[in-house]
Amino acid sequence: MKKINKNSLNGFINYGIVIAAFAVIQALLGMGRLSNSLQSLLVPACCYIVMAVSLNLTVGILGELSLGHGGFMSLGAFSGIAASILLQNAIPLAPARLAVSMAVGALAGALGGVIVGVPVLRLQGDYLAIVTLAFGQIIKNIIMVLYVGVDERGIHIAASSERFDLAPGGTAIIKGPMGAVGVTKLATFTAGFILILITLAVVQNLVNSRAGRAIMALRDNRIAAESVGINTTKYKLMAFVTSAALAGAAGALFGLNYSSTGASKFDFNTSILVLVFVVLGGLGSIRGSIIAAALLYVLPEMLRGLGLNDFRMLIYAIVLILVMLATNNDQLKALLGRVIPKRKGAVTSG
Amino acid sequence: MAEKKQFQKGKMVPVPSVSIIPERDLDKSPILECSHLGIDFGGLTAVNEFNVTVGRTEIAGLIGPNGAGKTTVFNLLTKVYQPTRGTILLDGLDTHGKTPSQVNRMGIARTFQNIRLFNNLTVEDNVKIGLHNQEKYSMFSGILRLPKYWRQEKAAHERALELLSIFDMQDLANHQAGSLPYGAQRRLEIVRALATNPSLLLLDEPAAGMNPSETAELMENIVKIRDTFQIAIMLIEHDMSLVMGICEGICVLNFGQIIAKGTAEEIQSNPTVIEAYLGKQQ
Ligand SMILES: Nc1ncnc2c1ncn2[C@@H]1O[C@H](COP(=O)(O)OP(=O)(O)OP(=O)(O)O)[C@@H](O)[C@H]1O
Ligand SMILES: [Mg+2]
Repeated sequence: MKKINKNSLNGFINYGIVIAAFAVIQALLGMGRLSNSLQSLLVPACCYIVMAVSLNLTVGILGELSLGHGGFMSLGAFSGIAASILLQNAIPLAPARLAVSMAVGALAGALGGVIVGVPVLRLQGDYLAIVTLAFGQIIKNIIMVLYVGVDERGIHIAASSERFDLAPGGTAIIKGPMGAVGVTKLATFTAGFILILITLAVVQNLVNSRAGRAIMALRDNRIAAESVGINTTKYKLMAFVTSAALAGAAGALFGLNYSSTGASKFDFNTSILVLVFVVLGGLGSIRGSIIAAALLYVLPEMLRGLGLNDFRMLIYAIVLILVMLATNNDQLKALLGRVIPKRKGAVTSG
Repeated sequence: MAEKKQFQKGKMVPVPSVSIIPERDLDKSPILECSHLGIDFGGLTAVNEFNVTVGRTEIAGLIGPNGAGKTTVFNLLTKVYQPTRGTILLDGLDTHGKTPSQVNRMGIARTFQNIRLFNNLTVEDNVKIGLHNQEKYSMFSGILRLPKYWRQEKAAHERALELLSIFDMQDLANHQAGSLPYGAQRRLEIVRALATNPSLLLLDEPAAGMNPSETAELMENIVKIRDTFQIAIMLIEHDMSLVMGICEGICVLNFGQIIAKGTAEEIQSNPTVIEAYLGKQQ
């Protein structure tokens, strides 16, 4: 009797794709058919998928441009790494420590989202793009000069190496320009897979709820949304902070995948890279974000040997501009419409 | 409740406005009272000395030539613009300093002259967004899909279809709102506004772009909505057959000023009104 809602169906397909991909990769791993270089891409690919899906919440579903998603990833990475080191003795079990560290990363991301969002999202206009751009840069610059360590006297935080007086037996967590060093690599592919599933659940369930509809209403027509009693700032903030929290969790997983991580790994290029995934995958399309992130992250990494790497950001930029032109230009749209069969229905959780 | 009463007392209209309330509503307090309402855009006075009272179950008309300031009155009532002068009392409560979304929660819902639907979403979702403040579960119940979510979503789904059935639109529930024909989009806007459970519904040119048979049907439906929901409706319309057919109190604006108020017969025979309209035609 009851029809399955089109949006929920799309959601189930997305879970299916992710679970199937995980199963196939696990099988390949079991058979030893995956090269070492490919294996090393698995965790970061998961992180970038989470980054893309979460950025899509801000850009595609809320309709606000964010150019600093890497900043939230950075917050998550360094707070997650710090948590994992500080909790080394308290939580000896690695997966549990990883989970807690990712939760800490998510909290740090959310906090960053609140700090950026509360003043900016009250305003109408493209202020968010400008402020998030600056935010990403500021986070990077702060971490570049930040020294954090722990010894028997407690936690030490300093803004320069001279003032950083760690006792000889202490552990340095973040060492300014060198970033986090001596990290125990806790990240696993399974954790990445679970994080993707959690991200899908959060974003898709949000979209298909009262709050998600309010968020999409703001995107489609702010004046009409207000006229039916929707609190603009509250729902903008809700989407933005959720998006930042997921980026923080992805950052923690990413940071715990390497023995050392520098702040420059989460710079403007990273933010733009994720934005390219979202735009190419389709604004508002969760599945598009997953596929674009997976393909566009893994393929160029595999082509590294071909010497194309120097041009990677240039190629992304050109592709991004072409896509923006194509989606804004009526003639080009008409042309594309003839080549690509028209997509039906809402750009919600496809 | 006690707090509401007190508020009401201090903010009553200082000068009683001229009443155009139908008799059956006279024993109840009016739903809307505007006094000395006005707004200037830079040097231009778009609306001035707008004094109007609307009864609880009245269908009121706001007419006037193009650019008279009719839509501006709606924008003042819904706080899209903050008034330069005057007070607006909704059910005795001052709406001063409220935001558009707060005014909606107080009980004013509206449609727009230039249709504003959530075009990428389905018809049903548009209505469910109207039901936003009737649903009460939190973001977390939504993400975790707690029983509260399922219960309220089911209720919202049923309510949305019920509201759509007013205009016989329940079969369009899964269509994309932006793809509907013009007339259906106008009707959907009315349904969405009704979904917010208003006590005063403002319709800005509901019959614009409709053919005569659609307009006749719309007239019946507006009366039906008033009768079933027992709410006040204020409408702006250029189609005089609609206005004279269903509006009990009519207010005529010209250059931002009220030039006449009264029943359909009174308005039709008012020399100032005739002049304003004929002056425009020549
Ligand atoms: N935001 C604004 N800024 C400046 N002037 C405005 C603004 N909004 C409306 N006006 C002016 O106020 C006057 C009244 O406009 P309004 O839209 O209320 O007219 P209307 O009676 O609804 O006309 P129509 O029948 O054409 O819809 C017009 O002269 C218009 O130019
Ligand atoms: Mg108008």
